[in-house]
Amino acid sequence: MLRVEGLSKRFDTVAAVDHLSLDVYQGEFFALLGPSGCGKTTLLRLIAGFERANAGRILLDGIDLAAVPPYRRPVNMMFQNYALFPHLNVEANIAFGLKQEGLSRDEIAQRVADIMALVKLETFGRRRPHELSGGQRQRVALARCLVKRPRVLLLDEPLAALDRKLRDETRFELMALQRRLGLTFVIVTHDQSEAMIVADRIGVMDRGRLVQVASPVEIYERPNCRWVADFVGNVNLFEGRLGDDGTSVESATGRLRVAAKIDAEPGAWVWVAVRPEKVRITHEPPPDLENCVAGTVVDIGYLGDLSIYNLLISDGSRMKAAIANSGHSTERTIRPEEQVWLSFLPEAATALTR
Amino acid sequence: MRKLSAFNLMALLLGFAFLYLPIVILVIYSFNASSLVAVWGGWSTHWYAELAKDAPLIDAAFISIRLALVSATAATILGTCAAVALTRYGRFHGRSLLGAMIYASLVLPDIITGLSLLLVFVAFSIDRGFWTVAVAHTTLAMCFVAVVVQARLIDFDMELEEAAMDLGATPLRTFVAVTLPLILPAVAAGWLLAFALSLDDLVIASFTTGPGATTLPIRIYSAVRLGVKPEMNAVCSIMVGVVGIAVIAASLLAKFNPARRKRAQF
Amino acid sequence: MTGSQKRTFAQKLVIWIPYAWLLVFFLVPFLIVLKISLSHFALARPPYTPVLDLSAGWHGIAAFIAGLSFDSYALIGSDPLYLLSLAKSVEIAAFSTLLLLVIGYPIAYGIARAPRRLHAALVVLVMLPFFTAFLIRIYAWMDILQRDGPLNQLLMALDIVREPPVWLATDTAVYIGIVYSYLPFMVLPLYASLEKLDESLLEAAADLGCRRWQVFWRVTLPLSSPGVRAGALLCFIPAVGEFVIPDLLGGSQTPMIGQTLWTEFFGNKDWPTAAAVAVVLVILLVTPILLLQFQAMQATDRG
Repeated sequence: MLRVEGLSKRFDTVAAVDHLSLDVYQGEFFALLGPSGCGKTTLLRLIAGFERANAGRILLDGIDLAAVPPYRRPVNMMFQNYALFPHLNVEANIAFGLKQEGLSRDEIAQRVADIMALVKLETFGRRRPHELSGGQRQRVALARCLVKRPRVLLLDEPLAALDRKLRDETRFELMALQRRLGLTFVIVTHDQSEAMIVADRIGVMDRGRLVQVASPVEIYERPNCRWVADFVGNVNLFEGRLGDDGTSVESATGRLRVAAKIDAEPGAWVWVAVRPEKVRITHEPPPDLENCVAGTVVDIGYLGDLSIYNLLISDGSRMKAAIANSGHSTERTIRPEEQVWLSFLPEAATALTR
Repeated sequence: MRKLSAFNLMALLLGFAFLYLPIVILVIYSFNASSLVAVWGGWSTHWYAELAKDAPLIDAAFISIRLALVSATAATILGTCAAVALTRYGRFHGRSLLGAMIYASLVLPDIITGLSLLLVFVAFSIDRGFWTVAVAHTTLAMCFVAVVVQARLIDFDMELEEAAMDLGATPLRTFVAVTLPLILPAVAAGWLLAFALSLDDLVIASFTTGPGATTLPIRIYSAVRLGVKPEMNAVCSIMVGVVGIAVIAASLLAKFNPARRKRAQF
Repeated sequence: MTGSQKRTFAQKLVIWIPYAWLLVFFLVPFLIVLKISLSHFALARPPYTPVLDLSAGWHGIAAFIAGLSFDSYALIGSDPLYLLSLAKSVEIAAFSTLLLLVIGYPIAYGIARAPRRLHAALVVLVMLPFFTAFLIRIYAWMDILQRDGPLNQLLMALDIVREPPVWLATDTAVYIGIVYSYLPFMVLPLYASLEKLDESLLEAAADLGCRRWQVFWRVTLPLSSPGVRAGALLCFIPAVGEFVIPDLLGGSQTPMIGQTLWTEFFGNKDWPTAAAVAVVLVILLVTPILLLQFQAMQATDRG
């Protein structure tokens, strides 16, 4: 429904968005995830019409938006700092967009009342933005966009200004609202857990390009390159040459095996990626000695539900393991300075070719 | 809570004493009954009564007020446009030149501004009078307005205007419904500043005026350049009063500033 | 919007109306001043030749160009009056600017360190005298500085002096007048940059072992340098061309350049020379003005 084709935007000599293509489907919750400065906000502003692209097209329902000024685009944007009009009260802020459409007084009043009920702001209509809490202002900003019934709602870091607890709750409210209204949401965020929770699909951005577009599970379990693996969550990487059988890798720590066949020439440099929570720590070497390396515990970070183990392994590099503190482990506890064995299943590892 | 050190407090007290004592002394002397300025002859409103009989002076005062109203209004419109152009339209051809002209006319000695404007009027054989002074004052004052309004425009987030457009408001509607209400205090303050500048100016008016358009400062100047005149104390005290009230009104207006309240939250 | 959209007609008007106004009434006048400074003095109306006669076509323009001369500039260069007067203006403006810095800095610093809720009121108090007519404030000093004026009465009463000292018609009076009139222009930019100064920086400096004056010298002053520069330029530039203050408070020994220009124009009716003086003055001030504008535009773009 929303299609971006070969879009580029340069600021002076820096390419903020670099020949980027993307499809967002009707009714989808799409997240653009990337580190700050990767161009994700610029992409949003290009779609909203605040920036003009140097090259490429943006199509909405097949219509090129290039010639459409921001005030005629059926797209609305929720700003990071909400951009509520300080001189208008909550009601007037929400009604602002409808007044521009020239609707009748009654219809405006009805739609504003409906949307305020939807975001639970009924009693705040007469308040000015500065008299509201952060969470309330966030909801006014959201309501102000939703009331316009946009084809696509763009959200620029919508939760960044909220404190953690409120953020967690609001994520689920946002998802429920999106599903209920059947709207298309495009959210920009630098917070990977936020993107994983809310989005149907995630586009991971780096330096103006989309590196991978896939579902949250796909992105986490099967990242398509080292950069994505490292940016989304934690990862242990082992560099090595691909063996002749296509599933084993000769690395400095020995032969490692993965379950799926690796799409590369034998002898090519590849990387084996293992998430810390998929690493097992044992005092004795595992019986089959597959995908296993000896190491020393350097330190342990206790997080309550999990503990993060930093380990020094035989080839001199570092490794991370995350173990749930379930309380029914039969093993004796692991302490710093201890010699341990680390292992993982072939199914738990992913091979990356770049 | 921070506290003022003795040094800071001293600096403020002495500074404000230096700024205000001369004006206070002037006002006190305007009530001096003695015709010798230096000798205190008791309280009296004698000089104010004298003033009321001085028809040319009163004429000049009315001319000055009319002039200030006209040029302040024109300067506010032009200056606000210039401020919007400088802060909101990104880079356009000649933007630096516009900025340069504004800052140059802010600081350029008024004697040069006056002379050059006069020479333009002569070169195009325009008869000098009320309207030439009005044009001159508008030119100077619009630059002050531009700077004041520009400061407010920089102050508030451009996102607000983008949000308005995102919600379907055309650029014109955005200006009327969002920008203007938010910069209104600065625009009003700019108008008052322009009014005060026009009422104040001697040099530019001297160059650009013509017959029948003698402004109050010109009349005061020709009276005092030969020495202190007691009735001038009274004129000046009245002007202090008028300007004082106007400025207090302006600062109350500036306090009513929704944009600042919004900012305070972040 | 970063200039990305095509401008509407209304937007073009917003740019072009003030632009055109300033071109016609600010820039063009300068060109005319430049042209007249290259003309001859004549007892005529207008009192200079040649007058550009466009109705004579190319011939008129050629005659006009042939008639231009540098006589006025030669006069300024040869008559010591002009050079002395220029030198005096620069000296008075420079020394006043220094005085203004020394007096203005503690005031600005005091405001910036005051409780935050008082800031707006204190700033208005500094601005207020600027709004009361300039002429009035100079006139007030004529009152105060008279031979029998309040200042001398006070000094005599306190037995600081025996004989009333002469204030009026001296350079001292001019300095007092300039410092008094220009003080807001110095204090406001200084305050603006001092106010932005993060107090934790001062605490950090103290924490790292700076004494109070060292904190001031090594942290506060360098960080307020944009304010110092803006304030100094805002005061120096108009002070060089000041007319009213030296005319009412100063003596008659060496006039400042503004007075010289005024006399040439109104007294001698020698417009070409007055215009040449103006041109010389503008050339003298071009660098400081460009500096000021550069700084101001930088601040705009950063915002």
